[in-house]
Amino acid sequence: MIPFEYLRAGDPAEAVAAVAGRPGAAFLGGGTNLVDHMKLGVAGPDLLVDVSRLPLDRVEETAGGLRIGAAVRNSDLAAHPLVRERYPVLARALLSGASGQLRNVATTAGNLLQRTRCPYFQDVTTPCNKRVPGSGCSAAGGYTRYHAILGASEHCVATHPSDMAVAMVALDAVVAVLGPGGARTLPLAELYRLPGDAPQRDTVLEHGDLIIAVELPHLPFARRSAYRKVRDRASFSFALVSVAAALDLDGGLVRDVRLALGGVAHKPWRATRAEAELRGGPATEDAFRRAAEAELAAARPLPGNAFKVAMTRNAVVATLRALAEEGR
Amino acid sequence: MRVNVHVNGEPMVADDVWEGESLLYVLRERLGLPGAKNACEQGECGSCTVYLDGITVCACLVAAGQAEGREVVTVEGLSEGRARRRGGAHDRNPRPDPDADGVAGPRLDRLDEVQRCFVEAGAVQCGFCTPGLVVQAHSLIASASRVPEDAEIREALAGNLCRCTGYEKILDAVRLAAARVHARAAAEDARTVPGGADD
Repeated sequence: MIPFEYLRAGDPAEAVAAVAGRPGAAFLGGGTNLVDHMKLGVAGPDLLVDVSRLPLDRVEETAGGLRIGAAVRNSDLAAHPLVRERYPVLARALLSGASGQLRNVATTAGNLLQRTRCPYFQDVTTPCNKRVPGSGCSAAGGYTRYHAILGASEHCVATHPSDMAVAMVALDAVVAVLGPGGARTLPLAELYRLPGDAPQRDTVLEHGDLIIAVELPHLPFARRSAYRKVRDRASFSFALVSVAAALDLDGGLVRDVRLALGGVAHKPWRATRAEAELRGGPATEDAFRRAAEAELAAARPLPGNAFKVAMTRNAVVATLRALAEEGR
Repeated sequence: MRVNVHVNGEPMVADDVWEGESLLYVLRERLGLPGAKNACEQGECGSCTVYLDGITVCACLVAAGQAEGREVVTVEGLSEGRARRRGGAHDRNPRPDPDADGVAGPRLDRLDEVQRCFVEAGAVQCGFCTPGLVVQAHSLIASASRVPEDAEIREALAGNLCRCTGYEKILDAVRLAAARVHARAAAEDARTVPGGADD
């Protein structure tokens, strides 16, 4: 680990100023990803600005929704009564991620901004365009079981590892950001980028931008929502494929739906094509399958992960079928 | 930098700490508490699990500065009954009866119930994962309002790797400890709550 300085910020503005004023500085939340990366040599900030004790650790009720402070721990958020009642998909996604010890420490904003677990990204002895732009992609032609089938580029086929973010993207979450130029909000779905020719940038945030909260809008039918995660072992494993869904039924018809996919792309993938296909149509297994296939028409699997196309389709169908049965 | 931290109920100070040190390093190398083990250093194995402000964390991923002013309980602290979580079944757990376990060994009478059950169930092989498992199991049992089901135990221990035992005896130990701690808590309730014995 290279030498660095440590500063505990007193308030968000001080934290933003400290990081914005130094190109090599980074925010430190729970540290479960960044501290690991510093040991691996993946990250080498020369100043850590600790934001984990800022007064951003509350979950507040808004008009029918919730505002989740950036420093709220994953385990606390998963256990929050209003999250469990209004957004069960989020509680389930959180509890399907990491281990108990890590959820106890990991923060909401840190979870959103965690980096890919592509083994080549984390191995500094191999080329990786995300870690060292222009060095090449070792995953193309390498081990691609956990890699993207949607939205990838020749420069990067990595996936975003978060479960929580998949649920939040499905729920139309909005991110509140404090930056050197002031405060702003943006939809979580627009926070993330596809890799294109600049895979080193996971998000649209600029240096010094600090996420201070995530807002979940009023979405009454999210009370009927679910998260299904397919993985290589039953716990403490990243998703091969995951599905976050909320379903609003009107008799046998789909009045409205929210659908997002994890483990398939460089970002949590909002399945807008499938949603459009489903709205107003019958809540049947055939319709669910057609909607999943519409979304996956754009899939471009790699040699090592062609199975994920069928796996994603089946996971979507199974998730929606279970929600539809729950509603009968 | 200087790090002030309460460990196992005692205020402690570590001086000349480098910013890149972890809480685990401070505990083991500066404060003389080698119970938490240093294995993967990535948060994958759980060998370094300790309580930090009452919740379990991987001490290897906590930067030293982040521990400033906070309360840590390590596996060493459990044996003296210092891992207090308000409202948990362990809080009402009286000191083990020194004559009850019948197992020979140093200070077995001072061990926490989880530790005693690991010994009784033979849940220890090389022992490297044991302190982390004991702390994590302690947290599970202390925070649960009832005896956890096997699936809950497995999920709670998912972040603790053991390369020797195959986990079966570890599960035996946790089931045993959970049953004893909760039986004791129930007996305590029956004594202290009027009419509680009939509830």
